[in-house]
Amino acid sequence: MDLHTVEALRPAHTRDDLRLAAGETLLGGGSWLFSEPQPGVTGLVDLTAMGWQPWEITADGLSVAATCTIAQLLEPPAPPAWVASPLFRQCADAFLMSFKIWNTATVGGNLCLALPAGAMISLATALDAEAVVWTPDGGERREPVAAFVRGPGLTSLQAGEVLRSVDYPIAALQGRTAFRKIALTPMGRSSAVVIGRLDGDGGFTLAVSAATPRPYVFRFDTTPTTADVRLALDTVDEWYADPHGSPDWRAAVTLELATEVCAELA
Amino acid sequence: MTVSINGVAHEAVPRGGQCLRTYLREQGNVEVKKGCDAGDCGACSVLVDGVPTHSCIFPAARAVGADVTTVAGLGTPERLHPVQQRFVDAAGYQCGFCTAGMVVTASTLDEPADEDLPRLLKGNLCRCTGYRSIRDAIAGTANTEKVPAGEAYGRSVAAPAGHNIVTGRERYTLDEPVTDLLHLKVLGSPHAHARITSIDVSLAEALDGVVAVLTHEDVPPLLYSTGRHENRLDDPDDTRILDPVVRFRGQRVAVVIAESVGIAEAACRLIDVTYEQLPAVFDPEAARSPGAPQLHGDKDPLVSRISAPERNVVAQLHDEYGDVAAGMAAAHATVSGTWQTARVSHAALETHGARGWLAEDGSLVVRTSSQVPFLVRTELARMLDLPVDKVRVVVGRVGGGFGGKQELLVEDLVALAVLRTGRPVQLELTREEQFTVVPCRHPMRVQVALGADAEGVLTAMHVDVLTDTGAYGNHAPGVMFHGCHESVAVYRCANKRVDAEAVYTNNLPSGAFRGYGLGQVIFAIESAMDDLARELGIDPVELRRRNVVVPGDPFVVAALEEDDLTYGSYGLDECLDLVEAELAGGGGAPAPESWPTGTGMALAMIATIPPRGHHSHVTVSVDTAGTYAVDVGTAEFGNGTTTVHVQLVAQEVGTTPDRVHVRQSDTGTAGYDTGAYGSTGSVVAGKAVQIAAERLHRELLSLAARRAGVATGSCVLGADGVALPDGRVLGFDEIIVDSLSADGSHDGTPRSVAFNVHGFRVAVNPATGEVRILHSVQAADAGVVINPEQLRGQIEGGTAQGIGSALYEEMMLRDGEVLTRSFRTYRVPQMADIPPTTVLFAGTVDGLGPKGAKSMSEAPYNPVAPALANAVRDAVGVRPYELPMSRDRIWRLLHDDRQESP
Repeated sequence: MDLHTVEALRPAHTRDDLRLAAGETLLGGGSWLFSEPQPGVTGLVDLTAMGWQPWEITADGLSVAATCTIAQLLEPPAPPAWVASPLFRQCADAFLMSFKIWNTATVGGNLCLALPAGAMISLATALDAEAVVWTPDGGERREPVAAFVRGPGLTSLQAGEVLRSVDYPIAALQGRTAFRKIALTPMGRSSAVVIGRLDGDGGFTLAVSAATPRPYVFRFDTTPTTADVRLALDTVDEWYADPHGSPDWRAAVTLELATEVCAELA
Repeated sequence: MTVSINGVAHEAVPRGGQCLRTYLREQGNVEVKKGCDAGDCGACSVLVDGVPTHSCIFPAARAVGADVTTVAGLGTPERLHPVQQRFVDAAGYQCGFCTAGMVVTASTLDEPADEDLPRLLKGNLCRCTGYRSIRDAIAGTANTEKVPAGEAYGRSVAAPAGHNIVTGRERYTLDEPVTDLLHLKVLGSPHAHARITSIDVSLAEALDGVVAVLTHEDVPPLLYSTGRHENRLDDPDDTRILDPVVRFRGQRVAVVIAESVGIAEAACRLIDVTYEQLPAVFDPEAARSPGAPQLHGDKDPLVSRISAPERNVVAQLHDEYGDVAAGMAAAHATVSGTWQTARVSHAALETHGARGWLAEDGSLVVRTSSQVPFLVRTELARMLDLPVDKVRVVVGRVGGGFGGKQELLVEDLVALAVLRTGRPVQLELTREEQFTVVPCRHPMRVQVALGADAEGVLTAMHVDVLTDTGAYGNHAPGVMFHGCHESVAVYRCANKRVDAEAVYTNNLPSGAFRGYGLGQVIFAIESAMDDLARELGIDPVELRRRNVVVPGDPFVVAALEEDDLTYGSYGLDECLDLVEAELAGGGGAPAPESWPTGTGMALAMIATIPPRGHHSHVTVSVDTAGTYAVDVGTAEFGNGTTTVHVQLVAQEVGTTPDRVHVRQSDTGTAGYDTGAYGSTGSVVAGKAVQIAAERLHRELLSLAARRAGVATGSCVLGADGVALPDGRVLGFDEIIVDSLSADGSHDGTPRSVAFNVHGFRVAVNPATGEVRILHSVQAADAGVVINPEQLRGQIEGGTAQGIGSALYEEMMLRDGEVLTRSFRTYRVPQMADIPPTTVLFAGTVDGLGPKGAKSMSEAPYNPVAPALANAVRDAVGVRPYELPMSRDRIWRLLHDDRQESP
């Protein structure tokens, strides 16, 4: 929709350009920003003009720019050892959004929006990804995405900070994964997303999102039993309530999906 | 740098916050539609450098230097793109508002597998079709046919607007070019119930670009209803254009007219309103209880036609036929329960909107998205104190209605603004406003108690209905009475009682919606009948057979009322047989392993025309080239009446459909028509068309016979003229000068009854509450089928809306505040949500409708939810009492031992 209060859109080419004036906000793909009224916003600063390479395969794993679109995220030719790579597509399909919006929506935008159903948050937390944040003093800080996302619409970003990239470590990319999602409709907005990851050393990671206000990551030395999973999920202090499902149901189906994930990876 | 649109360079510089959709429309590319304005519905889909894009969430500035292709750039009506041709051939649209986006999206898919379509099209919502015909279009399946002269009736003729729809050329309400347009925005109330103690508009008025600001002090204080009927006394006069008391969140407080939407919105934010908050009530049971705040206690019950304003009761019915207590006492088995339906949004993809201007003679013209242009004209004239002939209401193709546009919601403000400013003014509601201030389906709490003897013959029936009509009573009486009518009358029972009340609350108003109350009450009654069958150990279809009315039986609700409702035909028995046989046939999808399965059915009866008058005056003309024109007042919103009217005329006068043109829904050119509600487009307007065409036919024969000096009876009318006994054909130019017209009219009486029976087989996942439909069948008794493909489309579309209401859709409110304000949170079914439905027709011929046909637009919705609920009950052994049967509710049903009838 038209953002009538926006008077100017300026491209950002340098880090200095990312300093926001009052009323300015960063524009990534725009797929969320243009989807709701933004009455306080008077200026847009186009982050995509920074020209960041969408993704890069490094010795340490996969580095994904904040401005990488969902469609671009599905491009990297994964080395055969990255057995977790199907998870990228599974998470992209978990979005309510159309494949058409994959062409504009960005990975960073999804993380910064910090909605419980954010599928890029599910992906990043399941694969131990780190958020790389540019700080206003010219430096950068790194933080696990599971900590970066703090609650619905809430991240650890401080004023002047910009999410630069999301780094996926190679060890996690080499883990076997299992993915489950449920919504109130067959392809609807996620009510619960559960991802399991079994690493080569036998270690097991269980990532829960959409069902909770923020993502949860549980670690196990070996593939957990249903009782182990139940104990872990009992530590969740709040199950999310919104039009996409009631908290009691979300807790129950999360356990169900987690049980299925464990069975698949066992 | 420029933006290239369909190969044409445009120099206009996009504004910083402008989305591409608006930019494209400003350049004249109005084929790009605004459905949700939030990236959810896909109606605005275009190609940006070949990449499919939702243009409403794409910053226009990013299109500079790019090539944009819209649906109009893919092909023209004369040279269709192959995908456009497929949508025409398949009839892959009804209202057509989503079609531009569907076609653009489909054009990027390279022969997709059918099973992958739900994923690929989850960002393209269609509210009309139920998606089967869209899948057919993409697969290249043709469902329409070309027919020879005089053989249009009963055939799957394509909709006349097809080529224009698939190429984006069809003009919807706000698609006409216009200059000097002003825009109107409404400031809504933040409170559910409050008195406005002061409004300061000085800052808003001072804003550059603001032309006028209106408050309750600036408009006539008269009372009216937004709900429109042939008889304006049907709805209570309880609404003011701008009221110093607001009764729901979002209600109009003030209106800004400005040079742009942005300025108008900014001005709304500058209006300073002081409110005195009043106590509010949101539950209808609480609202009618002693001590509840009165919403319309200030109204005179006689003048405003409110039954009991002191109890917030708009309308009520408490009456009994026979002796229900005795019938219950005599029963071998009794069942009872309380059912609750949800608040549902019409979600037509074209939002409400209107544009008004002054004609050269000074009269007022309003172009609006309405089902009832003539009723809007009459009421506008009354409200503005203008002669009716000084008001013209024009309706183009309407982008979906479903009853939601049997209202006067935007036209009054546009008209006032035009009269105030003298300039063209437009008001286009946002999708959020569609969810928060536009009337929705009436939520109902329905208690049913049934008694029957050991053979299953009903001995007593008690129905107690409580409807939440929200803050205003538009359609409240009609929906309540109709909801309790055919639902109860379809059963023969010696003892019946109905207690029904429609109650005001401080929720948004409820209104008219497909089925007009029947769907809600039928959900309860048909669920109770299923329980009764179980209690008696009688097959549910057999139990219906033993109790439904048959020709000769009177229609009884709470009294035996003699009116004009009669059995013009009867196909309920056939529908029951068809559904029973289809479900027994073992078709459908296999159930997932270890999920319990069940079957269920439900029936519905509906009168083919609303009661107490529905009128249509039609003219059919022919010119010297043998081209026919039909002038008809009813509106086309995807219901397909235009196709029906073309078929009726082509059949009658022996021509081909392409030589018949329909000009419709313009009070300035067409004869009076009550409007497109109550499924009357075929049986009232169509009947009038049929009569006019027959008269024209006779007149042409008579003129030709006299000219040739032969007997009329030996002349035959054909596509090229009138054939004479000697084999010569007199061309139309040899029979008439310029043109010849004949009139026809129909007054909507007497009325017949139509029937629908739906059956489902489902599987339920006990761990998650997921309901999977394995098999879906609906049998319809529509009399002679005028257009099989269109009728199938109406039934599939009604079924899809029924499945939406039954499983998914739910407007969630908290203290009157709507929480589900977009398609992201309000679950209009996607393609993935709607399974195929087998559609079967009874072979009846109606004695009243046009050429044996009956109406069939609203009715298919009505039996769907109870049939599905009965199938779920059969699968899991627990009765669902509440809609929607969402996964969390079904899961709770199976995991909460305390679950009982609420």
